[in-house]
Amino acid sequence: MLRFIGRRILQVIPTLIIISIVSFVIIQLPPGDYLDTLAATMAEQGDTIDRELMAALEKRYGLGDPVYVQYWKWITGIVTRGDFGMSFEWGRPVSQLIWDRFWFTLIISISTLLFIWAVALPIGVYSAVRKYSIGDYIATLFGFIGLAIPNFLMALVLMYWSFKYFGQSVGGLFSPEYVSAEWSWGKFVDLLGHLWIPVIIIGTAGTAELIRVMRANLLDELSKPYVETARSKGLTERRLLIKYPVRVALNPFVSTLGWILPAIISADAVTSVVLSLPTTGPLLLRSLLAQDMYLAGSFIMLVSVLTVIGTLISDIMLAWLDPRIRY
Amino acid sequence: MSDQTMTHEMTGSGRSEDAATDSPQRRQAAGQWQLIWWRFRKHKLAVVGGIVVGMIYFVALFAEFLAPWLPNEHATRYTYAPPQSVNFFLSDGDGWTFRPHVNGFKVEIDKVALRRNFVVDEEQVIPIGLFVKGKPYELWGLIPMERHLFGPLDPEEPMYILGADRLGRDVLTRIIYGTRISMSIGLVGVFLSLTLGILLGGISGYYGGFIDDIIQRTIEFLRAIPTIPLWMGLAAAIPLTWPPLGVYFTVTAILSLIGWTGLAREVRGRFFALKTEEFIPAARLDGNSELRIIVRHMVPSFASHIIATMTLAIPSMILAETALSFLGIGLRPPVVSWGVLLQEAQNVRSVATAPWLLWPGAAVVVAVLALNFLGDGLRDAADPYTS
Repeated sequence: MLRFIGRRILQVIPTLIIISIVSFVIIQLPPGDYLDTLAATMAEQGDTIDRELMAALEKRYGLGDPVYVQYWKWITGIVTRGDFGMSFEWGRPVSQLIWDRFWFTLIISISTLLFIWAVALPIGVYSAVRKYSIGDYIATLFGFIGLAIPNFLMALVLMYWSFKYFGQSVGGLFSPEYVSAEWSWGKFVDLLGHLWIPVIIIGTAGTAELIRVMRANLLDELSKPYVETARSKGLTERRLLIKYPVRVALNPFVSTLGWILPAIISADAVTSVVLSLPTTGPLLLRSLLAQDMYLAGSFIMLVSVLTVIGTLISDIMLAWLDPRIRY
Repeated sequence: MSDQTMTHEMTGSGRSEDAATDSPQRRQAAGQWQLIWWRFRKHKLAVVGGIVVGMIYFVALFAEFLAPWLPNEHATRYTYAPPQSVNFFLSDGDGWTFRPHVNGFKVEIDKVALRRNFVVDEEQVIPIGLFVKGKPYELWGLIPMERHLFGPLDPEEPMYILGADRLGRDVLTRIIYGTRISMSIGLVGVFLSLTLGILLGGISGYYGGFIDDIIQRTIEFLRAIPTIPLWMGLAAAIPLTWPPLGVYFTVTAILSLIGWTGLAREVRGRFFALKTEEFIPAARLDGNSELRIIVRHMVPSFASHIIATMTLAIPSMILAETALSFLGIGLRPPVVSWGVLLQEAQNVRSVATAPWLLWPGAAVVVAVLALNFLGDGLRDAADPYTS
C-alpha cells in the first residue's frame, strides 16, 4: 500500500511540472510583458519612470532573458520563496491576493463534493432498486434537466427569484456586517447560511451525472448470481443490498472524484462571478480582462494543482477501498 | 421483480409495425444501419430529441427569414419594452373575428423612480400576419429578400413577442440569429475535435506501445485540468482588435483543443476491440494495405459509435461557448450568440428590470436537452447486434 502511494505521488510530479509550464505559457500569451504594462501605467499617471526600479524588476523576473530562463526564475520563486510575482493591477505581490480566495474556493468545492455524494448516493440506489418506478423517472428527468441548465443561468434565475420575492440579493458568502469581521462563531454560522446557494447551483450537474453512474453500477451488480444466492439464503432485502451490491457499486463512485473535481472548480469559477463570491473565479476573470497575467497564471496553476491533488486522493482512496486495484 | 420487467417491455414498443421489424427473417436480412434505425425508433424520447434538434438547425439555417426583424435594429423608443402576447381573435362589439394582432404600448412615467414604464394598451391593435414585407435582408448573405415569416403588417409598428433589450432590439429576433452561431459552434467544434480525436485516438489504438502511452498521458492531463479557467486564460489572450470571424474560429479551436479527449478515448477503445476481431487479420491476409483496412473495414464498424459520441459532445461545446461569452471573454458583440445575449442579463438589476432577457437561456436548455436525448438514443442503438 505504501509503495503504491509512493509511486502514485511520484507520478504526480511530471503532471505538476506540465501544469506550471502551461500556466506560464498563458502568462506569456498576451503581447508585451509586465514591465511594458507597468511603464505604460506609470506614464499614464504622470509618474516619472524610475530607471533603477525598472532595472531591479527586470533582473528579478529575468525579463530580458530567454523564455526558459524566465520560466525557471518564476517557478523557483514560487517553490522556494512562495513568490508568485507581482500583480500590476493591484500593485501587490500575487501571493498576498490569492490565498484568501483560494481557501474559499476550497471550502466551496469540498462542500459541493459532500453535497453531491450525500444526494446522489441514496437517489442512485433508489432508482436502481425501483427501476422504472415513478421515482426513478423523476430522478432521471431531474438528472437531464440538471445537466442541461448552465450554472450561471441557474444562479441568475435564483437571484432574480430571491430579489423578486424576498427583496434581497443572494450574492456573496457573508452578510454585510460579517464581511470584514474577524472569524467568530457568528461569522461561521453566517457563512453556512450563505454557502448552500452556491453549493446547490454548482452541485446540480455533478449530482445528476453521479445518480446515473450509481444507478448503472448498481443495476449491473443486482443482476449478478451472488445477489440471488444471498437472497435465497434468507437475507433481508435491505441488509443484502447494503452489505454487498452497494459496496461494490461504490468503487466507481469514488473514482469519479477525478473528473468531478475539475467540473466543480470550473462551475465555481462561473457561478462565483454571477453571485460575486470571494473565490478565485471573479478575481481570475478580472485579472484576465485587465491582462494582469501573473495573477491570472497563478490562479490557473493553483486550481489545476488542486484538482490534481484531488485526483491523487481519490486514487489512493480507491486502492484502499478495493484491494484488487494494485498496479 | 416480474412486474418491473413488464413495465419495461411496455415502454419499449406499442406500434404494430414493431412486430414486423422483430420478425427473425427481416432482422437477418437487414443491414447494420437498418437495425440501428429500428432500435433507435423504439427510443421515444430520442426520436423527439432528434426532431427538436432538426427544427433548431432549420431555424439556424433560415434565421433571416424566420426572424421578424434584423438583429441589430434598435429603437430607442422601446428600450426594455415588455413582451406582448399574440391574440388571434378580435372582439368588435357584437362578436369575435379572426384577426391576429398584438397590442401596442402606453408609456407612463414613474415619478418616484424617474423612469418609463410600459403598459400594454388594449385599445391599440397592431395587426400581424404571415409572409409580411419588412426590412430588406440577404438570405445567407446572398439572396436579397424582404419577406419575413411573420411580423406586423405595418413595419413601422412595434412587435416584441419576447420583449426588447436595453437598446430596444427584439429579443426573439436575436435568439433566432443566435441559434446560427451557437449551434454552428457546437458543430464546427465537434468536427475539429473529431479530426483530432480520430487522428490521435486512431494512432494511439492502432500502434499501441510507447506512442499510446504518450497520447494517453496527454489525455489524462487535459482531463485533470479544470476547463473553464483554462479556456478563460486562452480566450483572454485573443486580441480585442481581431475581426469577429477570427474570434469565432479561435474560440471554437480553443474549445475543441480540450474537447477532443473524449472522442479520442472512444476511437482508441474501438480500435483495440476491433484489432483482435477475425475479419481484420483476414483482410490483412488478403493483401489489403493498412490504410485500406482502417478506412474500409474498421471505420464503418465503429462509425455509429462515433456519431453517438459526437452528438453527446455538441451540448458541452454549446454550454462552454455560452459560459465564455457570458463572462465577456468568448464571442463579442456585434456577433449574436446565446451567450452574448445572456451577457445583457449579467447582473441582477437588469434581470429584475427585464426578466425576459433570460429567454436565450431557455433556448440553451432546450437545445442541450434535445441533443442529450438524441445522443443517448443513438448510443443505445449504436451497436444493434447486442441484446
